Amino acid sequence: MSTQHVLSLLVENKPGILTRVAALFARRGFNIESLAVGTTEVEGVSRMTVVVSLDGQPLEQVTKQLNKLINVLKIAELENDASVARDHMLVKVRTDSSTRSQVLEAVTLFRARVIDVVSDSVVIEVTGDSAKCQAFLKVLEPFGIKELVQSGAIAVSRGSKSMSEKVLR
Amino acid sequence: MATETLTGAQALIRSLELLGVDTVFGLPGGAILPTYDPLMDSTKLRHILVRHEQGAGHAAEGYAAASGKLGVCIATSGPGATNLVTAIGDAHMDSVPMLAITGQVNSFAIGTDAFQEADIVGITMPITKHSFLVTRAEDIPGVTAAAYEIATTGRPGPVLIDFAKDAQNAKFEFSWPPKVDLPGFKPITDPHGKQVQAAAEMILKSHKPILYVGGGVIRAGANKELLTLAELLHAPVTTTLMARGAFPDSHPQQLGMPGMHGTVPAVTALQKSDLLITLGARFDDRVTGDVKSFAKGAKVIHVDIDPAEIGKIRHADVPIVGDAKVVISMLIAELQAQMKSAKPDYEDWWVFLNGLKERYPLGYSETDDGKLSPQYVIQRIGEMSGPEAVFAAGVGQHQMWSAQYIKYERPNSWLNSGGSGTMGYAVPAAMGAKVAQPERLVWAIDGDGCFQMTNQELATCTLNNIPIKVAIINNSSLGMVRQWQTLFYNSRYSNTDLNTGTDTVMVPDFVKLSEAYGCLAIRVEKIEEVDAAIKLAMETNDRPVVIDFIVGRDAMVWPMVPTGISNDAVQYARDAAPIWDGDE
Repeated sequence: MSTQHVLSLLVENKPGILTRVAALFARRGFNIESLAVGTTEVEGVSRMTVVVSLDGQPLEQVTKQLNKLINVLKIAELENDASVARDHMLVKVRTDSSTRSQVLEAVTLFRARVIDVVSDSVVIEVTGDSAKCQAFLKVLEPFGIKELVQSGAIAVSRGSKSMSEKVLR
Repeated sequence: MATETLTGAQALIRSLELLGVDTVFGLPGGAILPTYDPLMDSTKLRHILVRHEQGAGHAAEGYAAASGKLGVCIATSGPGATNLVTAIGDAHMDSVPMLAITGQVNSFAIGTDAFQEADIVGITMPITKHSFLVTRAEDIPGVTAAAYEIATTGRPGPVLIDFAKDAQNAKFEFSWPPKVDLPGFKPITDPHGKQVQAAAEMILKSHKPILYVGGGVIRAGANKELLTLAELLHAPVTTTLMARGAFPDSHPQQLGMPGMHGTVPAVTALQKSDLLITLGARFDDRVTGDVKSFAKGAKVIHVDIDPAEIGKIRHADVPIVGDAKVVISMLIAELQAQMKSAKPDYEDWWVFLNGLKERYPLGYSETDDGKLSPQYVIQRIGEMSGPEAVFAAGVGQHQMWSAQYIKYERPNSWLNSGGSGTMGYAVPAAMGAKVAQPERLVWAIDGDGCFQMTNQELATCTLNNIPIKVAIINNSSLGMVRQWQTLFYNSRYSNTDLNTGTDTVMVPDFVKLSEAYGCLAIRVEKIEEVDAAIKLAMETNDRPVVIDFIVGRDAMVWPMVPTGISNDAVQYARDAAPIWDGDE
């Protein structure tokens, strides 16, 4: 049985750090479901959100190995009930005069947004947890999805504590 | 702070000097040329010009392993750098503090497939503790100091600095010491007091404990503490391949080496133990055999400076993260306090273990072909050289016999490629050890296969007055592979014949080859010649010495546990399993 975990990593924004993290997962045989990287409120520090699925391997071994990387500052597992996670998707859907209104109706229902329209397609932007995004895709599928781009999950803990608090001396 | 205008290359040399580095092993080339220029003027850095970069890498390892100091090697870009890869990987597996410096093409040419360009940072990422690509001269002091700290602190390991050529040439204002900012590098050396307390309690409750000692004890310099701990408890000790010398072989509590070619007492003691006091060891597959059946009845105390080692292979009942020296000292104090009320009693355990030691000592039978017994040759080298000598081995049968038949009394006297199993380690590693400790007698005990991988460093030894002794245990074949073919492949000897023995075409003739390199070379075929040759080698210090010992090719390493099966099935000799009468 494979289980999914959301890991948040604070890393020094140094060249090669993405390779180091990704290579470590690859070498140890851990499967990355999604990966999102961006800068943070602290200069020089980036944050990675890694969704990893584990086939029986203990998560602890992954975090210990990651901690050995010199440029990794902190690792936390974000549990479902104590954090919020969001995916961001851009979907290009085939439309014509007969289907456009149905597509737009779905957009409204899912609180998505249309950000580009041409005669035979629209580009839709949607944000939400992974379940909502998947449900939305199911609705759009019959019209014809021409292109799909996903950000991968980004996640943050609930409450006022911040992950970078203790890292920065 | 006073500054001085230096080039990046000058700054690298100055930084190494200021960090206390006194020796570098290397070979120049286009992309590292700017660094070799100021290196020529340095009075504090001795550069030893090797004949192949792999030799520079292993020499740096040998230097580090013999002295406990950082070993440094240097190479140019592209093939120079990739030739270091084997040695870097080796240092990574055996936790050797090493700094590898490589030249890189000009920063503006990186990524263009420029002449002699290789992404060495990318190539070595999984086999270094950390690596740096330097494209600005002003980063050099900070990077060099950081590399030094990372390589030598916590669990030691190799660090690589890849230095773009234009950054070597650029000028900047040099000042020292640089600011070293490593917010993500905080090795834990001091253990949790409560864990140490729990470990002491567990030890005093056990009836059949064993100190399972790994290379971490040697790297931590914790051998004195280990001796005190062992004698305080009067518990048996087993030292892994990487830990030979961490505990004196002459000590009555020493059971010998565990694992695939371990002694029967050591292998059996681990299997029957109720508590493994694991110190700086990592449950390597060559020690555990089939993990599920390894030491089934034992609880585990696991002490390691690397948190990722704990629980990696075997669950630890009491995990302790910390430096072995600190942890063992604290454990001694804690035990002394607790032992006021509860003294351990391992009487029955020792009756069992002493029985094993009596019935199953290490031993070998004479060869069938009338040639020398390799075990005898190695044993004599050890006996005649004494415990103050250094022994570096290659990989294979001769390595196992050297681990078994030489008696080690002090740490850092046994150097070998344990984790990686790198053939060709011995000659350059012995060279590095001799440079680090010129007053010591240094042997490379090598196989005829291994020797042919790196023997070009004999030229380096001769020209730089590094009088190492090389004993080739020449069985005219890739002996360990041949042993497996004998045992598991119906004696079908696929590609293991090397034709270096006296009854073959002898290509090459090791005596002639060694003489060509300026060495004193001796061939020994008879048992009565063995001592005289070793004596002559020990007395000859104006050049390296190579002894070509012609040994029987059918000699095998025993005891043995074949791969992947339980250590319970250890064989004392071929088809001879120990009998466990008197089993409790």
